[in-house]
Amino acid sequence: MALYKLLINGKSYQTEAEADTPLLWVLRDNLGLYGTKYGCGIAQCGACTVHLNGEATRSCMLPVSAVGASKVTTIEGLSKNGDHPVQKAWDEVDVAQCGYCQAGQIMTAAALLKRKPNPTDAEIEATMSGNLCRCGTYHRIREAVKVAATKK
Amino acid sequence: MTKLLNHNRRNFLKLAAATGGGLMLGFNWTEAEAAEPTVLVNAASAAPGVDFNSYLSINPQGIITILSPNPEVGQGIKTAFPIIVAEELDADWKNVVVEQAPLDTKKFERQVAGGSGSIPHSWKRLRVAGATARHMLIDAAAKRWSVSPTDCSTQKGYVMHTASKRKLSYGELANDAATIPVPTDVKLKEIKDFSLIGQTIRNVDNPKIVTGKPLFGLDFHREGMLIGMLQRPAFGYKIKSVDSAAAKAMPGILHVVTINNSVAVVGKSTWQVKKAKDALKIEWEKDGNLESTSDHNRIFKEMLDSPNATVRRKDGDVETAFKNAAKVVKAEYQCPFLPHNPLEPMNFFAHVKADSAELAGPSQTPESARNQAAKLLGLPPEKVTLELTRMGGGFGRRLNTDFAIEAVQVSKAVNAPVKVMWTREDDMTGGIYRPAVRYRFEAALDDKGNMIGYKLRGASINAGNATREDNFPSGAVENLLIDSVDHKSPITTGPWRAPITNFLAFAEQAFLDEVAHTAGKDPVQFRLELLDKAKQKPTGKITYDIDRMRGVIELAAEKSGWGKNKNVAQGFSVYFSHRSYVAQVGEVVMEKGKPVLKKVYSAADCGVVINQSGAQQQVRGCIVDGIGHAMYGNITFKDGIPDQKNFNDYKLIRMNEVPEIDVHFVKNEIDPTGLGEPSLPPAGAAVANAIFKATGKRLYNQPFVETEVFKGVS
Repeated sequence: MALYKLLINGKSYQTEAEADTPLLWVLRDNLGLYGTKYGCGIAQCGACTVHLNGEATRSCMLPVSAVGASKVTTIEGLSKNGDHPVQKAWDEVDVAQCGYCQAGQIMTAAALLKRKPNPTDAEIEATMSGNLCRCGTYHRIREAVKVAATKK
Repeated sequence: MTKLLNHNRRNFLKLAAATGGGLMLGFNWTEAEAAEPTVLVNAASAAPGVDFNSYLSINPQGIITILSPNPEVGQGIKTAFPIIVAEELDADWKNVVVEQAPLDTKKFERQVAGGSGSIPHSWKRLRVAGATARHMLIDAAAKRWSVSPTDCSTQKGYVMHTASKRKLSYGELANDAATIPVPTDVKLKEIKDFSLIGQTIRNVDNPKIVTGKPLFGLDFHREGMLIGMLQRPAFGYKIKSVDSAAAKAMPGILHVVTINNSVAVVGKSTWQVKKAKDALKIEWEKDGNLESTSDHNRIFKEMLDSPNATVRRKDGDVETAFKNAAKVVKAEYQCPFLPHNPLEPMNFFAHVKADSAELAGPSQTPESARNQAAKLLGLPPEKVTLELTRMGGGFGRRLNTDFAIEAVQVSKAVNAPVKVMWTREDDMTGGIYRPAVRYRFEAALDDKGNMIGYKLRGASINAGNATREDNFPSGAVENLLIDSVDHKSPITTGPWRAPITNFLAFAEQAFLDEVAHTAGKDPVQFRLELLDKAKQKPTGKITYDIDRMRGVIELAAEKSGWGKNKNVAQGFSVYFSHRSYVAQVGEVVMEKGKPVLKKVYSAADCGVVINQSGAQQQVRGCIVDGIGHAMYGNITFKDGIPDQKNFNDYKLIRMNEVPEIDVHFVKNEIDPTGLGEPSLPPAGAAVANAIFKATGKRLYNQPFVETEVFKGVS
């Protein structure tokens, strides 16, 4: 066990964990941040997506020891009042069925829009195809990314 | 307007959540135009709502709390049920707060998510609950005004007396109304007068979902709670010996216990437990047949040729019909086992105490889980509580209660609150799969292309009867024989979204397409002729509504421009399941010599549509699910051990693989039926029949990617 200092959602945390513990489980088990989800543990489904210095990153395969001074943003910290353009679009388009994958979808979409404020259909598809939605809400995810791009 | 109101509602939920239990807030919801809600009361003066019945309470500020009793698995029931109550209550939807009801089947009867049965079961009950409260509110207002209740009306949370231009809000009337004797025979609204049902209404949990609130079973937490994981046997094995020394010595590990035929590792954190579970050294020994997929292929052949089938339906004289046939069409269709793969893997929390137990987690059958736990612990059911969490999908897997019972057993064994969690690998290799099935269809045609004989044999592994003998085309063919053979296997199976019909519909509708083609008939016309025959000269029992099936066929044909667009290859499919009728048209084009699915048109008749947003997405989601699993889904076995363990070797459909989907509903005033399943069964054949039209090649086996048409196609 070692002590890790983490910068998450603009706050500084100190927590003890084994070096190989994925950031996902530090967030959930140690810090009580349950918004980031476990789906596969091998970076295939995207449910665990967080931002690492603004980049969409799979937290299930990122050892806590590798986070260092990077700024971590989770779904809980994407906006103060749940009003990030992507969150608003997700509500307006009524994307979620079960909702389990949607935090990961939203974090992936938010990182995309930061990088490409007006993505093409092909860019949306290329990025969002990395995230699984078992309910099959893909049409609405695509639409919500477009709606979010029109918001500021 | 809608945006503003939803914004208010979200703030309410957020404030309510932020302030925690015990503190109640009310807002002046009647000021609908106000940009921000006004706080009217605080903890000191808040009046709780008064209960009108099991489903709803109204507080003096006019906040209507509607309890939604059924487990939410992504089918949208938590939103749909309250819409029905609010409609009959004439509530203003923006004043409605929805809460998950606790498990209480005395109050709510059926608290199950399965069989697309919630809406048909509760439609009337929910309407009566809303209407009863509405009548009580009218009576309270009439009394106050000393007028006749029949001269009063309601609108969006108000009782009005038009003659004197007076109105009172439901909040103002709530306390009075709740003292009025509950009427027993209330008049329900005319369906044409619905103003909320049939509108586009968003998921009531959206604000929590998009901000990552802990809603799901895996997010459940209790102070002092431990994490448990189990190593379960593969199919046909039992434990011979366990060496847990290495696991026990690992940091954070508190217990390693053998429970039945599994080894449970319990510790402080998920990662520690997972690593310790991986460090277990378990020797397994044979405890049954160790089956491989190659064995199943042989077993299917034996079952199809077996003289010992169970006859499920027999009409007329099939042998003579086939003897007299001008043409006979024969085809076989096979599907593999499928895991459900809800994105939230199985998990459950249990805290077994001396004389009670607390359970929490995602279950489609919470009452059954609670009762089984009580029985296992020797406790009366009322001593076992079960909190329903939102489910990260289920697809039938959470109808089974094995994971909840495991949590109870582990908590009891280690005498501590434990959340048992399955890894993805545990979930995918843990069984309760969709059964593997092989069908043989035979059709006898006369010289005019009429189907005069029909045979179906369902050969299955752990499915019991893999046919649905009274489904279409039964009733439309004079000479018919449907029978089944089942093989008992150690590989466990269970209901998988649209049980049996998830593959039977593909096989049947692909076969009928081939029969129509052989008969030289248009596939739509061929089906309509069969329905005409079922109507004019029915044979035996008919369980589907002929006119409703015709209705969806015609609507799908109309919306897709069936047969008119020569630039695309279209395939047709129609199926009746779970009380709803769905027809679909798939459209395929060839790109670089490969068939590409571009679009699916869907026409459904589920009676009254409760929520356009939810209903549209249920249809789309079902079609994506149906196509995805028909294309890619496959679990294979070597000596009882599944070959696929996670999403790197088991493919689920992704965004870049879904076609455009065009959703339509038949408009009628028939009592609504569920939509969680019925749009899935027809999807596979709509695709396969379109691929045939495009390539001239028939698809008989799933997954399609493993067949000749797609081999080598990325």
